[in-house]
Amino acid sequence: MSTRITEIWVGLFVAGGIAALFMLAMKVSNLSTYKSDQGYDVTAYFEDISGLKVRSAVTMSGVRIGRVKEIVFDKNRLSARVTMEIEGEYDTLPDDSSASIYTAGLLGEKYIGLEPGAGSSDCEELSLDDSGEIKLDEKAGDCKPNNLKQGSEIKLTQDSLVLEKLIGQFISKFLSEDDKKEDTKK
Amino acid sequence: MLNQLQIIGHKSLNFFQRLGRGHILIFDVLKGIASLLPRPRLVVQQLYSVGVLSLIIIVVSGFFVGMVMGLQGYNTLVDFGAEESLGVMVALSLVRELGPVVTALLFAGRAGSALTAEIGLMKATEQLSAMEMMAVDPIRRVLSPRFVAGFISMPLLAAMFSAVGVLGGFFVGVGLLGVDDGAYWSQMQASVDIYDDIYNGVIKSLVFGFVVTWIAIFEGYDAIPTSEGVSRATTRTVVHSSLAVLGLDFILTALMFN
Repeated sequence: MSTRITEIWVGLFVAGGIAALFMLAMKVSNLSTYKSDQGYDVTAYFEDISGLKVRSAVTMSGVRIGRVKEIVFDKNRLSARVTMEIEGEYDTLPDDSSASIYTAGLLGEKYIGLEPGAGSSDCEELSLDDSGEIKLDEKAGDCKPNNLKQGSEIKLTQDSLVLEKLIGQFISKFLSEDDKKEDTKK
Repeated sequence: MLNQLQIIGHKSLNFFQRLGRGHILIFDVLKGIASLLPRPRLVVQQLYSVGVLSLIIIVVSGFFVGMVMGLQGYNTLVDFGAEESLGVMVALSLVRELGPVVTALLFAGRAGSALTAEIGLMKATEQLSAMEMMAVDPIRRVLSPRFVAGFISMPLLAAMFSAVGVLGGFFVGVGLLGVDDGAYWSQMQASVDIYDDIYNGVIKSLVFGFVVTWIAIFEGYDAIPTSEGVSRATTRTVVHSSLAVLGLDFILTALMFN
């Protein structure tokens, strides 16, 4: 076999191997879903994250708009602080949106679902006037709605449903009702 | 009694001597890589015989392993109504385990045995001694290019094995059994991580490539220069490198995915 043909074959082999690696990276793995533009971080406190993991999805209306970046236990507030990275293009989420932890399917993995709030803005101001009536002041000029941005905190949160707790509550309620019935019989 | 003890002592000494010779050899081979830079053609020739000629067995086995995974996985997953996760199962098992391990086993059988037989025969026919007579270092001229070629080929072959296997699983799962096309790829992309799975799989195949090629060239270089010695060395290459691959796989998996 002449050197030229050998070298062509080796070239094909190396190119094929690199193409296979490339296919594994782009088509099989999650590399293609990594966004290059940096998003912004939003935090939320949960009493119980039970099963939420770093890199879990953050969704709104079921569409993934970010990922959980960090989960730490806040020793001052005695609750879990979850930092989410929302992709930069979704910058119009109202700042009074709420975050809940849901489970995908019955046994699926946990994710955070965001629900948009009504939204507040700088130009509306509620005040109590002298007669005791609530007055809504609307300022003129440019009104920018307050949106979630880097470092803001989602105040309204709802923990994930823990099956054991639910069953525990159900059983204790059941037992206490039994006790009451027995008491009335006596 | 003393004779038995002597046999045990002899075997242990032999074992440690071989271990020592193996390590000295690999250092010499690694030192010899520098002298390959002005002569890349030596490596290209070996890449042909080690890598290109192993292509067919790797690609065909990869495709069949992927198809079997698709079939078996489908039959198991369909009981739980989770046949959409077929892509995840096929891709994860191929990229993490089957790709590197099966490729390394096939590579030991196809390329490792050939390397040992070639080098052993060179030694038996005194070609290596003849090179030394001409002041050509056989380690740098013969062993280093083969080692580099094996080390480069292994990850490329493993990547091709995994990629073709994923396509084989796609062919059976989507083409024949009717799993949803989009679910196969999207669930796969959602679960397979570029760092945790693909990168670690490549590291595994690099380690296996190193070990298998090392064992192959050492067995050839250390073979008793007779027909019988070469045949024994070839057998040892396949057995030892298969055992080494499977043992190392356990250790690497424990380190990577604990």
